[in-house]
Amino acid sequence: MGHAHHNSGVLPPNPEKATLEGKNKFIGFWLFLGGETVLFASLFGTYLGLRNGTAGGPTAAELFHLPLVFVATMILLTSSLTSVFAMIAMKKGNYKGMLVWMWVTVALGLSFLGLEIYEFYDYLNNGLGFTTSAFGSAFYTLVGFHGAHVAFGVAWIITLLIRYRKGGLTLTNAPKFYLASLYWHFIDVVWVFIFTIVYLMGIGG
Amino acid sequence: MKKSTLWDWLTTVDHKKIGIMYLVAGAFFFVLGGLEAMLIRIQLMFPESNFVSAQAFNELITMHGTTMIFLAAMPLLFGFMNFIVPLQIGARDVAFPFLNSLGFWLFLSGGILLNLSWFFGGAPDAGWTAYVPLSSAAYASTGLDYYVLGLQISGAGTLIGGINFLVTIITMRAPGMTMMKMPLFTWSTFVASALILFAFPALTVGLFLLMFERLFGANYFIVEAGGNVVIWQHLFWIFGHPEVYILVLPAFGIFSEVLSTFSKKRLFGYSAMVFATLIIGFLGFMVWAHHMFTVGMGPVANAIFAVATMAIAVPTGIKIFNWLLTLWGGRIQFTTANLFALGFIPSFVLGGVTGVMLATSAANYQFHDTYFVVAHFHYVIIGGVVFGLFAGTFYWWPKIFGTMLNETLGKWFFWLFFIGFHLTFFVQHFLGLMGMPRRVASYLDGQGLNDLNFISTIGAFFMAVAFIILLANIFVSRNDKAVSDPWDGRTLEWATSTPVKEYNFAQTPVVRDLDALWYEKMKGNKRLPVAEPLGEIHMPNGSILPLIMSVGLFIASFGFIYHTYIISVIGLGITLGCMLVRSIKEDHGYHIPVDQIEQDKEVG
Repeated sequence: MGHAHHNSGVLPPNPEKATLEGKNKFIGFWLFLGGETVLFASLFGTYLGLRNGTAGGPTAAELFHLPLVFVATMILLTSSLTSVFAMIAMKKGNYKGMLVWMWVTVALGLSFLGLEIYEFYDYLNNGLGFTTSAFGSAFYTLVGFHGAHVAFGVAWIITLLIRYRKGGLTLTNAPKFYLASLYWHFIDVVWVFIFTIVYLMGIGG
Repeated sequence: MKKSTLWDWLTTVDHKKIGIMYLVAGAFFFVLGGLEAMLIRIQLMFPESNFVSAQAFNELITMHGTTMIFLAAMPLLFGFMNFIVPLQIGARDVAFPFLNSLGFWLFLSGGILLNLSWFFGGAPDAGWTAYVPLSSAAYASTGLDYYVLGLQISGAGTLIGGINFLVTIITMRAPGMTMMKMPLFTWSTFVASALILFAFPALTVGLFLLMFERLFGANYFIVEAGGNVVIWQHLFWIFGHPEVYILVLPAFGIFSEVLSTFSKKRLFGYSAMVFATLIIGFLGFMVWAHHMFTVGMGPVANAIFAVATMAIAVPTGIKIFNWLLTLWGGRIQFTTANLFALGFIPSFVLGGVTGVMLATSAANYQFHDTYFVVAHFHYVIIGGVVFGLFAGTFYWWPKIFGTMLNETLGKWFFWLFFIGFHLTFFVQHFLGLMGMPRRVASYLDGQGLNDLNFISTIGAFFMAVAFIILLANIFVSRNDKAVSDPWDGRTLEWATSTPVKEYNFAQTPVVRDLDALWYEKMKGNKRLPVAEPLGEIHMPNGSILPLIMSVGLFIASFGFIYHTYIISVIGLGITLGCMLVRSIKEDHGYHIPVDQIEQDKEVG
């Protein structure tokens, strides 16, 4: 078990979980995402409990611009798709293709973050700060936690892309790319809930 | 030589060494929490006493609870899990050796951070539950910042440890060891780890919210700004109630091993025990709000949570009867380990009975926040968890430390502790029913509370003396070398040599039945069948990064506590930098050659 496979010619069909280390990472990471689910569920619960606690400050309906958030949502969902393309390329043994699709994913992730920063800046100018009201605190905490996850994911994928820019797919780096894409999907799924619970419910009541 | 030994311990990723470090650090915090308890009991020995100030009393009760739960009971259990579980499943290692080490160092740095509060501006003083607004910036000083950050760091360590155990048990069992052939301690570790995975993130969020509110002026819990204090209580108990089972299930696992070993019988109703463990694990999540019956959730919510709570008595009862039936007709050996297991059964049943009483939500209005509650949870946590830790200590000591603890001193220890425990806490039921409130620094003379409080404190001294005898025992028996299977054991950890080699098993064993070692013994085989020829063994390299990462978070915490954010940035930079180094540097470990393994075999 666990030998270094630097230049193995032919990789098995699922290189991300072919070694015991890879399999451990694969299962461990799914479990970790289970814990992350509780983390976000707790944040959603808190937000739902406090979303009307505006204390005279601006409300969700007054602030949210659905078109901006919709564009951001589309960008993030597309980035999930591009990371799927990367994984398809990986499974076909097309290392270059995987790297390219991962870079596209990073670019989309960065655009999403840019829009989010602009959005926060806009709300701040319209009177909703982190300390304005319980609603403000809960909103920035939930959406900010998600944003921090996106930023961490982008940094993670960029690190992998730079570290493994040369060479090819190995049983060591395949699990790393696979987990990064898994994490990226998770971030997307959380955003779908944010879009519904924070933004749609915020505007529609 | 000395330096290299220290370096070896600081960088080790060996689950056995990490287990020992958990045990040592946990024991240290156990002593600390015990001293805090003694100060509390001395203060309450006489009415209107001034032994400690009211402020110091608040700090003592907060730190006693926090220390005992997070820094003593859990790490001590983690110590046993780390050392024993890979051996019990016939594995060479855990799934994530590096993360295992990181988990330990995070726990330790969080624990030290929390306790440094005693020296820098006072310990946290809002109770171990840290209810808002008592724990808000308006009412609680710096101590609470230590609480928020210390628990956050050590909680991250616990979560990492939990995931590690889950994956280890899922993927690294020896051939033939199906899930339904796993020893009960491994099973309970598995379920407790699943509880950790789903409970701790709620605490993480709660602590983040409290931290953001205290440090950055957020308003989640500030009613004037639209906040709601009950959110904290929900988040705390969504974590806090499963935490009870995170502690007690592994203890149940220890009792199952000890009772069957010292009855020379297979555990009665193995599959029912596994099923009951799973049910308890599940129900543990459904009952958190029974801590909040008097908050004003309304009768419907109270009733639902009352019924769900009482339902836990069913699987627990199944377990109790299975333990009794394991003893039934067995050749019972009254070793110290077994005495603790036997003493546990009636003690824990008492705690369970008062638990059902407390779960009666109408009656709960009467019991709430009195010493009745204090008596109840000490019966559960000492009668269940601490007895389990002591049973495990005497049972596994020979395997872990290679020496035999003295049985005579062990029995003195057991009886003094057992009597002291009941003396301390049994009377507290009556104190509670007579109206003595918990968390209050003193009580008035002439209210009929004097005698029972005095008795309670005497009991606490019994327990303290008992613990000193345990320490003396460890010292006295330090040269009494143990054989590899001193108890005529049943499970795989007793099939390894003592001291255990770094690779655990020279050849991976094959498991053919429940209690694999006992099965082979009964078949007249000296050794377990093996799954592989003797070959070189792959091992992971040690690393100093987990320690540095933990120190980074420790430094960052000081920056947050004293609002010097440049220090926080530096600390977080250290941690993130280590993560970067770890992800960039490929570490393929090393191999132990065959001739060394053969040499070990001849020596051992």
